[in-house]
Amino acid sequence: MPEYDLMSDFTSPFWAWYIFIIVAGSIIWLFYLLMTQNKEKRNTDIKPTGHKWDENLEELNTPLPRWWLQLFYATNIFAVGYLILYPGLAVFDGVLGWSSVGAYNEEMEAADKKFGEQYVNYLKQDVAELAKNKDALTTGSRLFSTYCTQCHGSDAGGGPGFPNLRDGDWLYGGDVAQIKQTIATGRQAAMPGWGAVLGKDGVKNVTAYVMSLSGKKTAGDLDAGKEKFQQLCVACHGADAQGNIALGAPNLTDQTWLYGGSRRSIEKSVADGRNGRMPAFGDFLGEGKVHLLTAYVYSLSVDN
Amino acid sequence: MSSSEPNSPNQEYDSLYAKRKEIYPREVHGIFASWRVAMVALTLGLYYILPWINWGEGRQALLFDLPNRKFNIFMLTLWPQDLIYLSALLIISALALFLFTTVGGRLWCGYACPQTVWTEVFLWIERKIEGSRPQQMKLAKSPWNMNKIIKKGGKHVIWILFSLWTGFTFVGYFTPIRELMHAVPTWDMGPWESFWIFFYGFATYGNAGWLREQVCIYMCPYARFQSVMFDDNTLIISYDEKRGDPRGTRKRGSDKPTDKGDCIDCSLCVQACPTGIDIRDGLQYQCIACAACIDACDDVMKKMDYDPGLIRYTTLNEISGKGLHIFRPRVYLYTTILIGLILAMSWSLYTRIPVSLDVNRDRNILYREANNGDLENVFKLKIMNQDSKPHKFVITMEGLPGSVLDPDEKEITAASGETANTLVRVRASEDVIKDRSTNITIKVTAIDDEKLTDEEDARFLAPADWFR
Repeated sequence: MPEYDLMSDFTSPFWAWYIFIIVAGSIIWLFYLLMTQNKEKRNTDIKPTGHKWDENLEELNTPLPRWWLQLFYATNIFAVGYLILYPGLAVFDGVLGWSSVGAYNEEMEAADKKFGEQYVNYLKQDVAELAKNKDALTTGSRLFSTYCTQCHGSDAGGGPGFPNLRDGDWLYGGDVAQIKQTIATGRQAAMPGWGAVLGKDGVKNVTAYVMSLSGKKTAGDLDAGKEKFQQLCVACHGADAQGNIALGAPNLTDQTWLYGGSRRSIEKSVADGRNGRMPAFGDFLGEGKVHLLTAYVYSLSVDN
Repeated sequence: MSSSEPNSPNQEYDSLYAKRKEIYPREVHGIFASWRVAMVALTLGLYYILPWINWGEGRQALLFDLPNRKFNIFMLTLWPQDLIYLSALLIISALALFLFTTVGGRLWCGYACPQTVWTEVFLWIERKIEGSRPQQMKLAKSPWNMNKIIKKGGKHVIWILFSLWTGFTFVGYFTPIRELMHAVPTWDMGPWESFWIFFYGFATYGNAGWLREQVCIYMCPYARFQSVMFDDNTLIISYDEKRGDPRGTRKRGSDKPTDKGDCIDCSLCVQACPTGIDIRDGLQYQCIACAACIDACDDVMKKMDYDPGLIRYTTLNEISGKGLHIFRPRVYLYTTILIGLILAMSWSLYTRIPVSLDVNRDRNILYREANNGDLENVFKLKIMNQDSKPHKFVITMEGLPGSVLDPDEKEITAASGETANTLVRVRASEDVIKDRSTNITIKVTAIDDEKLTDEEDARFLAPADWFR
């Protein structure tokens, strides 16, 4: 009798017995039918069933071959054998002890055995070295396709809110160790929204000043914007607005804009804040895969 | 077919299931038997010899290589993408079946069906060991003695060996047969290879040795549905009732009795029938049109000095005096469609280009803004090299003047049978994009052979609110 825990779909043993009675009852009932219903009352000749088509086409009541009856018995005996070997009666696990969880675990173990060695091998190698290894990069790119493209895009070119990993511009640093940390433990950005503090005009002025840092012009009072910038923004983005890798605060003087470089986008960033989040993959993927992904991501910006 | 067991008077119930009636077909000689032997030699000869033929250097001419997902068919190599040819082949086969059945009835059953062909071989082995029909019947009735054990046992041993060879040959179409040949003596086959050798061996032994006519009568769907292809002008095997009846025995060499027809009621046609029917009862679904009864009867007619053809290939119209009409609209129609399809498929195979391109838009984003304000679309490309040698490919694009194609790799190498994955970005500035969706065509071409090319349509997307 299998144990029932709270995670099981069925928490009451009632359902196990319910299934057992239906399955066992059906088999016994079928045997009974086969044994009792294979003959009919004396009936000297094969007579037509009475169905007639196309004037003279009659359906005869010809007996079936006896080996059909034997096949019916055979299928029933097979069912009994199957239910002895495999779980199917719900109250009995089967002699072979097979379970879908067990089969899954077995396959995972087999896969670990097959591929684990390769990952251990890669782990021994330096990331910079791996970034030149074509086989490692192929595996890396497959891992990337599985776990990273949903946000960063198939080509790692990013999208609105998700950084481009090919351009050599890094929010949290592009060293091997920094990339690895980003993948393993994730990142949480914390740009607060200043809309309530600055007011509508304040947001407009700060936006004008921020855009001027990268040489773009837009309507707004630059001096007023600069003043507010010095009060509120320098703590993270720095007095020279070059950003801070430790906090993931972006450089505002270059042409890379994570959420878009238009006036509207920047106004929204200033007023409502941005809280981009990179999830942690370390526990989920394990050291070997993270190492390989690091090599792949690293190789992308080294190439370009 | 009243095959239920004789009823004893004190028995109150009858079984709904009938015990099988043993059939010992009598050996016949004649024109149709010779045709069947020729067809057995042709079909089984092809079956057992074809996998051993090589095409080019060490490449098996016919190999359905499932693990590598490619089919070698003489000079052709087909991939899963070419499955359409299999459909075409099946449609052509079906139409050919329609045509042959409409004209000639169950020609397939009588001369070409594997069930018939292998059964013929099994019958031949049986006759070689157990002797003729009467000898076989006598042996079946005799008690189990040394002679019976040796004969029956020997027959089954030879059947099983022949069946295993059949299973081995079958697997040889899917696994290189020469490797398989070396693997078998050392029991070195893979689990699936062993399974299928024994499975097909067992199927051959069971079907041709034991089940025989039961397959045709109770299992074969084709036997049942082909009657819809019959009409009154379809060739069937029929007994000429007008000429034969009333039946009656007579002395050989005596004058033809005036009160009797030509049928001397010798029952040889029934003894020769492999499905155990009496053809004189008329057209029956059990009849596989093997024409053994024709050969048997013609032989008798010759000995009696009567004309042959008391049982013959005829049509319902002819036998009722309305004449033979082989060429009729249905036949013309089937022939035309069949020839058309064969020509179309051959043309398509002949002009087939062994490279295929698949273009998928990046699933992450429809489009994105590059830092300079240009709009960027990302496409994933799958380039499948179906040629027999490796090629390098270049990617080109048209449909959006002023745009830039930025591929991940300038040249993509794909080995024979390999699907190369790569990415391209299409970049365009705001002023060259005229619509929220522009049709573009992406094309790959082999550097060393510009005929080796394929293209696929894709769409360059821009924000909808730009064009509101």
